[in-house]
Amino acid sequence: MPYTYYPGCSLESTSRAYDESLKKVFDLLKLELHELTDWNCCGATMYMSIDGPLASTISARNLALAETLGNDVVAPCSSCFTILSKTHHLMKENAETRARIAEALAPEGLKYNLTLRIRHPLDVLVNDVGVELIRSQVKRDLSGLRIANYYGCQIVRPERGFDDQENPTTMDNLFQALGAVNVYFPMKVRCCGGMLMTTYQEVALKLVKDLLECAQENGAECIVTTCPLCQMNLEAYQGKVNVKFGTEFKMPVLFFTQLVGLALGVRPNELGFHRQLVPFEPRFMQALEA
Amino acid sequence: MRSIMAQEFQESFFMSKKESELRSAFLEQVELIPGGHKIKQCIQCGTCTGSCPVSYAMDITPRRTIAMFRAGEIESILRSNTIWICASCYACTVRCPAGIKITDMMYAFKRLAMERSIYPRNLPVRALSSSFVSIVNKYGRNQEVNLLLRFGLKTNPTKLIAQAPLGWRLWSKGRVSLKTSKIKDRKQLSSIIRRVLSMRKTAHKPTIA
Repeated sequence: MPYTYYPGCSLESTSRAYDESLKKVFDLLKLELHELTDWNCCGATMYMSIDGPLASTISARNLALAETLGNDVVAPCSSCFTILSKTHHLMKENAETRARIAEALAPEGLKYNLTLRIRHPLDVLVNDVGVELIRSQVKRDLSGLRIANYYGCQIVRPERGFDDQENPTTMDNLFQALGAVNVYFPMKVRCCGGMLMTTYQEVALKLVKDLLECAQENGAECIVTTCPLCQMNLEAYQGKVNVKFGTEFKMPVLFFTQLVGLALGVRPNELGFHRQLVPFEPRFMQALEA
Repeated sequence: MRSIMAQEFQESFFMSKKESELRSAFLEQVELIPGGHKIKQCIQCGTCTGSCPVSYAMDITPRRTIAMFRAGEIESILRSNTIWICASCYACTVRCPAGIKITDMMYAFKRLAMERSIYPRNLPVRALSSSFVSIVNKYGRNQEVNLLLRFGLKTNPTKLIAQAPLGWRLWSKGRVSLKTSKIKDRKQLSSIIRRVLSMRKTAHKPTIA
């Protein structure tokens, strides 16, 4: 089944491992991924929050371009996923917004008719492919790896999406089927701080510390994420958290597609594991390399 | 022409001219939000504040923000750090028993603050957001390195030096892209943006550049 791929800006740089592992996994599961030609930035939280009407218009350019292809749009970054969905929703619900966007796009020969479905790759893997089919292709059982499934805030909010807003379980079910053990992780949808890491760092470091602490105390060997910003905040700022709070965190933070790829037998380097700042070297990694 | 929302929220006699003017501008934004009118139905239960992971750092908590809006204190809201500390996690929005889109209310306040240039002191978020918007408007894509450089230079250049070790570590893992990421049809994107801004001018609404 073909999908239109909207990678978003982070997957070209800080989150290359997400891009690499996602493409590998989709390829192995025979899901076609066609990158949207000449996509622009979705607007993200920052643009949307200070100029919603303009942000939804530039976001709608992507939707108009994607609609001509007809396929579902796969947006792996939680922020892109939320903003594209939100733009669709705003246009659907508000005639004034719809008219304004139509007027801005029309002279460029662009039009968005509200027919697209915006999907997160986790939703595609579990609900289009199915946990059973993925399990049937496992080459390397995750053999009891203890993981904390971290969904972050935006993937299941604000519109009703593919999972529960307070206690999503899609990722838990997937990794349980692949042989991992899901540790108790009640902070699974708690905010990582997002861009506050740049603007109000004190506040964001506290949020990150709470999350790391929760995962560690419950015995997780790694945190698995679905969002570039969560991955970045939780992994790259552990040093600062350790200095500020006197902790000793050394928690690997992975993208869920990296772990799925590992179970499907892909070599770690093809999944971007060499890009981790906190290395992920669980016991079965050696066995996999052999 | 006064909006329906503005009529429902009759300005009280104690409101200054500035306040009632801010109020109708805010309500104009709120009307664009699907279900925006529900702000009337706040029962002051405090679920928003209790759910907010960053309310402890806010000058005015989310619940109080709505109470102050009702009491005619929009200017105080705009002068607080509250709307800039919100990290857009939507925890309040999905839990609000009255169905109020609190995150979107915060956005509406932010936009109002930017239009009127009413800010708290020491506000780093505006520098980051405006750098972000100008990069996206120019290139069509965000460029993380460019964004952090611009932000650092606008706010606190010495912090750029403090960030250097992390930047180096990311670089060594191939996670920093120095190539200027941009879309091909930048002309199209800027025409779209120009069109939205000119629609605003003809509607005699204030714009942000």
